[in-house]
Amino acid sequence: MLLRTKLYGTTYEFGSIKELLAKANEEKSGDRGAGIAADSVAERVAARGVLAEVTLGTLRENPAVPYEDDEVTRVIDDAVNEWIFAEIKGWKVGDFREWLLADTTTPAMITRVSGALTGEMVAAVTKLMSNMDLMLAARKIEVSAHCNNTIGLHGRLASRNQPNHPTDSVEGIRAAIYEGLSYGSGDSVIGINPSDDTVGSVARLLEMTYEIIERWEIPTQNCLLAHVTTQMEAMRKGAPVGLVFQSIAGSQKANEAFGVDVAMLDEAYDLAKRYCFTAGPNYMYFETGQGTALSADAHHGADQLVMEARNYGLAKRYDPYQVNTVVGFIGPEYLYDAVQITRAGLEDHFMGKLTGISMGCDACYTNHAVAAQNDIENLAVLLSAAGCNYFMGVPMGDDAMLSYQCTSYHDAPSLRQLLGLRPLPEFEAWMEGLGLMADGVLTERAGDASFFLQR
Amino acid sequence: MSSADIDAIVQAVLAELRRDGRLPSDGGGSASAPAPAAEGEVVIDLPDPADDALRRRIGVTDPVDAEGLANLCSTTTARIGVGRAGPRPRTSALLLFQGDHGVAQDAIYGTVDEEVKAQFDLFTVETQTADQDEYLLRPDLGRRLTDEAKATIAERCKPNPQVQIVVGAGLSAAAVNHQLPDILPVIQQGLATAGVSVGTPFYIERARVGVMNDVGEATGAETVLLLIGERPGLGVADALSAYMGYQPRPGKTDADRDLICMITYAGGTNPLEAGAYVVEKLQEMLREKASGVALGREDG
Repeated sequence: MLLRTKLYGTTYEFGSIKELLAKANEEKSGDRGAGIAADSVAERVAARGVLAEVTLGTLRENPAVPYEDDEVTRVIDDAVNEWIFAEIKGWKVGDFREWLLADTTTPAMITRVSGALTGEMVAAVTKLMSNMDLMLAARKIEVSAHCNNTIGLHGRLASRNQPNHPTDSVEGIRAAIYEGLSYGSGDSVIGINPSDDTVGSVARLLEMTYEIIERWEIPTQNCLLAHVTTQMEAMRKGAPVGLVFQSIAGSQKANEAFGVDVAMLDEAYDLAKRYCFTAGPNYMYFETGQGTALSADAHHGADQLVMEARNYGLAKRYDPYQVNTVVGFIGPEYLYDAVQITRAGLEDHFMGKLTGISMGCDACYTNHAVAAQNDIENLAVLLSAAGCNYFMGVPMGDDAMLSYQCTSYHDAPSLRQLLGLRPLPEFEAWMEGLGLMADGVLTERAGDASFFLQR
Repeated sequence: MSSADIDAIVQAVLAELRRDGRLPSDGGGSASAPAPAAEGEVVIDLPDPADDALRRRIGVTDPVDAEGLANLCSTTTARIGVGRAGPRPRTSALLLFQGDHGVAQDAIYGTVDEEVKAQFDLFTVETQTADQDEYLLRPDLGRRLTDEAKATIAERCKPNPQVQIVVGAGLSAAAVNHQLPDILPVIQQGLATAGVSVGTPFYIERARVGVMNDVGEATGAETVLLLIGERPGLGVADALSAYMGYQPRPGKTDADRDLICMITYAGGTNPLEAGAYVVEKLQEMLREKASGVALGREDG
């Protein structure tokens, strides 16, 4: 294999597809820390020039981790539709970018091609795309899913009501849920990150959220973002589960660091279909994020964008209701500042949609990153314009349990108002019925948690 | 076009927007016209908005149930009941958020008090990171002890204890300064009462959680307890985490560890209770000879 180019008279040569992909990546502190980033901006562009000439077939033949060694590679490769792959295997990455952006390429055409893509192909084309490319291409792709309501339709923007409490107080979490609902947050899911990952505590919070959903007849679903084994045990014991959650990563070894493997996820998916109280057919919820594989020393020398793209291929196996990258949570050692977080958010959203999954984003940052709330508001606007399915809703964007900041209860109605978007259709009708929203705008009764003390 | 014409057009557009619901009618989310300031000398002398009374002030105008709303707000440290201006937060809530974020950012680069280390006879070793910047950017190096550190540990620590306790500032020196004096005596006392052998505790500069593996190898400990500062949240910059693992050795991951997080008096688990739980957990690990996922998730 020869991978070589000249740029301004200097010759650049790359030893492998994996090295080429890493060096073509937009600047990320994680790749630099791993020692695989381009040495100069010119080398990065040179790598992109070579990558643009690589075919999709070559990318399939060179996965980040060999087929024999890694079950994530196997899950993705085994799911490739061979007929469609035969049609596209000769496409060069540069041409693939132009095909995605062309006005003659319809959403249906992209969705069909999704069936033959691997993570490496998805990541490769992403590296050749500018931020606005990523937005425009993602905007084309509509991936909707249904659990108790319908997510992902064009013109709709959902919000996960994330009412976390530092010690899992049932009353405290309930209060935050009421606040969020009164702003129109909760159509994606009422999803709690528990502090205590035990079956008893998780089941108690599932019961409480289910009770609110029933009492107020809310067209939504609940979820406890505990370890999947805890949720499985809770389901078996009869706890009311709406969506089943797990964090996933892009290699078998990285998933081991989360204490999961494909067999376990298969079992969880099977249980979800049998035990969830919701209508389905989409029952799963996954979170991802660039840098997780590297942080578990399980990136196999591949860059964080490639490893992230592989997440989406794994997630697709379970036909999820929703998937979101937690884009700035991991910290500055992987995404250093607002520029890198913004880029990664746009990349991940596009990659998820291109893979064919219902994609949202936890647009967020930690206090040791070079970022602030304005940067996250910016990213949320960009992603909303790009057709992002949902964001997080957290009281004032300040999570009382996870010690990070993300989008707020106020942000969902603001983004909807700003860009002419609406909540999920069933949820909007519910809000209108209660008099909390009229014609897509909050009414004077909204923004008052005590509204929900009336039943 | 005269100014009267323009005014008429503006009024017509506003009326249409209101009819379409794109502008709120009077009521929730809309403010009454600001009151004019009194004339004369400018005197602005404000109380601290971060103080509890002002921090907990409710910003919702005309709630359905004012007393009920106050009760809801009292159940959580989450920023609820803040009210809105259109769909955006009210000014005081916005500024309080910005103030809390500013203080947290300013606090990232603190140091652990030498008196705290001295109180528990903690000597100090280092990871392979050279400074705070490298610590932030190179987590891999923060998980490895230097050769010098390993030599110091070999020289000063009791070998092969049942429990090895180590401490690190992580991303919050304040967490160690505030919580260690309360949590560590509970743990040491509890383990002694249970007849568990405890190694010589020490402090690790610029440590990541994964350094537990090197600590386990260097001391030969059956279990390792790492007390480490969490990255600061807004308004809570002193939360400590307790990570525990059975036979941590190179290659072990988070799935092999158990964790208690948010150990702080500021809305988390208080260090005295957390210490008791740590003792219980370590005893369970020693009894079951396992930790993390292998230990199961039924307990706690």
